[in-house]
Amino acid sequence: MPAGDAVPLGYAIRRLILEQSKRAHVGHIGSCLSVADIIATLYGGTLDIGAPDDPERDRFILSKGHAALALYAALHVRGWLSAAELDTFCGDASRLGVHPEHVVPGVDFSTGSLGQGLSVAAGAALAARLLGSRRRVFVLLSDAECDEGSTWEAIMFAAHHRLANLVAIVDLNGQQALGYTKDVLDLSPMAERWQAFGWDVQVVDGHDEKQLGAVISALDTVSGRPHVLVAQTVFGRGVSFMEGQIRWHYLPMSDEQYVQALREVDDASCAAALSAP
Amino acid sequence: MRRSFVRTLIDLAERDPRVVLLTGDLGFMVFEPFIERFPDRFFNLGVAEQNMVGVATGLAEAGFVPFTYSIATFASLRAYEFIRNGPVFHQLPVRIVGVGGGFEYGTAGPSHHGTEDIAVMRALPGMAVIAPADHAQAASAMLACWDLPGPLYLRLGKDDHAIVPGLDGRFRLGRAEVVRNGDDVAIIAMGAIAAEVSAAAAALAVGGIEATVVVAASISPAPVDDLIEVVERFATVVTVEAHSVVGGLGSLVSEVVAERGLGCRVVRCGVRSAGDGTGGGEAYLNNRHGLSCDALVQIARDALAGMRAS
Repeated sequence: MPAGDAVPLGYAIRRLILEQSKRAHVGHIGSCLSVADIIATLYGGTLDIGAPDDPERDRFILSKGHAALALYAALHVRGWLSAAELDTFCGDASRLGVHPEHVVPGVDFSTGSLGQGLSVAAGAALAARLLGSRRRVFVLLSDAECDEGSTWEAIMFAAHHRLANLVAIVDLNGQQALGYTKDVLDLSPMAERWQAFGWDVQVVDGHDEKQLGAVISALDTVSGRPHVLVAQTVFGRGVSFMEGQIRWHYLPMSDEQYVQALREVDDASCAAALSAP
Repeated sequence: MRRSFVRTLIDLAERDPRVVLLTGDLGFMVFEPFIERFPDRFFNLGVAEQNMVGVATGLAEAGFVPFTYSIATFASLRAYEFIRNGPVFHQLPVRIVGVGGGFEYGTAGPSHHGTEDIAVMRALPGMAVIAPADHAQAASAMLACWDLPGPLYLRLGKDDHAIVPGLDGRFRLGRAEVVRNGDDVAIIAMGAIAAEVSAAAAALAVGGIEATVVVAASISPAPVDDLIEVVERFATVVTVEAHSVVGGLGSLVSEVVAERGLGCRVVRCGVRSAGDGTGGGEAYLNNRHGLSCDALVQIARDALAGMRAS
């Protein structure tokens, strides 16, 4: 979170997610809310990005591309995406689709097909090393993305080459499109699996911006193993009727649901402001 | 063409520090000179072609020109979606090198036969697709294409000795090369099978049939104008490729003929059927699929006889 901000950025991102998904009448809301605080941490000061086209910027890959709206919200907050363009989300001839495209300023790589982002991130991290650059590469994966065999190809590659400048974050919300991961294809124990493959593993609360920021800033991204934050999250976090519910992978909100969702997020935001030091 | 490839790659790597080589655990007795010269620019990614293309995408975004290397089937098919979503969507200079098109891996069986690579690569917008006919043309093609801004698929033959007579290593992007002139029939060839086509043209000449032989190595961008110029002059055009007749050279020529409304018959020589479980060496399989010199001579004769009869 940027210094001086009393309210975590995650609330502002949540509000934008709700506004835009309601306006565009689209789903994937639960997935976006699940990563809102992780994205807020990254764009609230963790990522070293002077400008979206600075070659020396940290790279970020949203491997779970279906949460692009959370990323657009952060890019808007950072001032790289205008309100007018944000309002084109999912419109005809818009650059802002359900999954992110690299033509959008601030989007380093297009994603959408699961299981590809970590490989690209590993290549970007290797490139930084070959160029003698101190820049880092961050990649956000869904837990279900670890169903893909290619993810494990990339996990092995990054560990073998000791890509310390690579930081993966797994959004461990325990859900996937058609069910809970423990029922569809059990991924547990997630942390131990990455550890067994040679990564430095940190289990974190994926909704605590302060903790996330502190853990990331303490990482040694110059030498040693690649890093993964296994972020424990709640799908749909912040909207009570969406939390942990499979259907909110798909559904758009009704008017009543929208009003309630906004109220819950605004109330939580106010409470956070009041309790801030 | 493998040694020709690595020799040329070493030259390019000397010239430009952006050139790096990635392999999916293949290249025994091929890559040693490169590894010796540039140990820090060679990466064996193991048997993981998808990751190889993903890593190459990340490298290319940072300014590198990565060459990825595997057998044609694995290079093109196993990693296809990574190629599409990575180098193609982002228009990055990743070079996908597939070795052993057609039946060059003969007895290794159908898992190793590259008979669809050109079709799937042709379908990708902005992907240059190059299938050189011999090692000299492979070197020319690399020199002409290695620095293209977008992605490239390069289909390499295994042979480093055979030469297509009259080609003299010529290659131009988006152009086709005439290697023999004749007035009776035109034969257009793609890839290393061009050597068989040259032999067939010589045999046809002995029997009084003079063939024009064209080598089409630049499949995308397609040599449309050159193809039109050739097919306009003939009633019968034979296409020859060690590849499925669907989606490759035969399809390309047919598209040109149909779209331009040209009145020429296209006889497509290539793979039309799946195997029956039995295999054999490259020569045997080429013959079985009508791609040997003898088979091509017969097909050309039959095609001309058919035209005369009709």
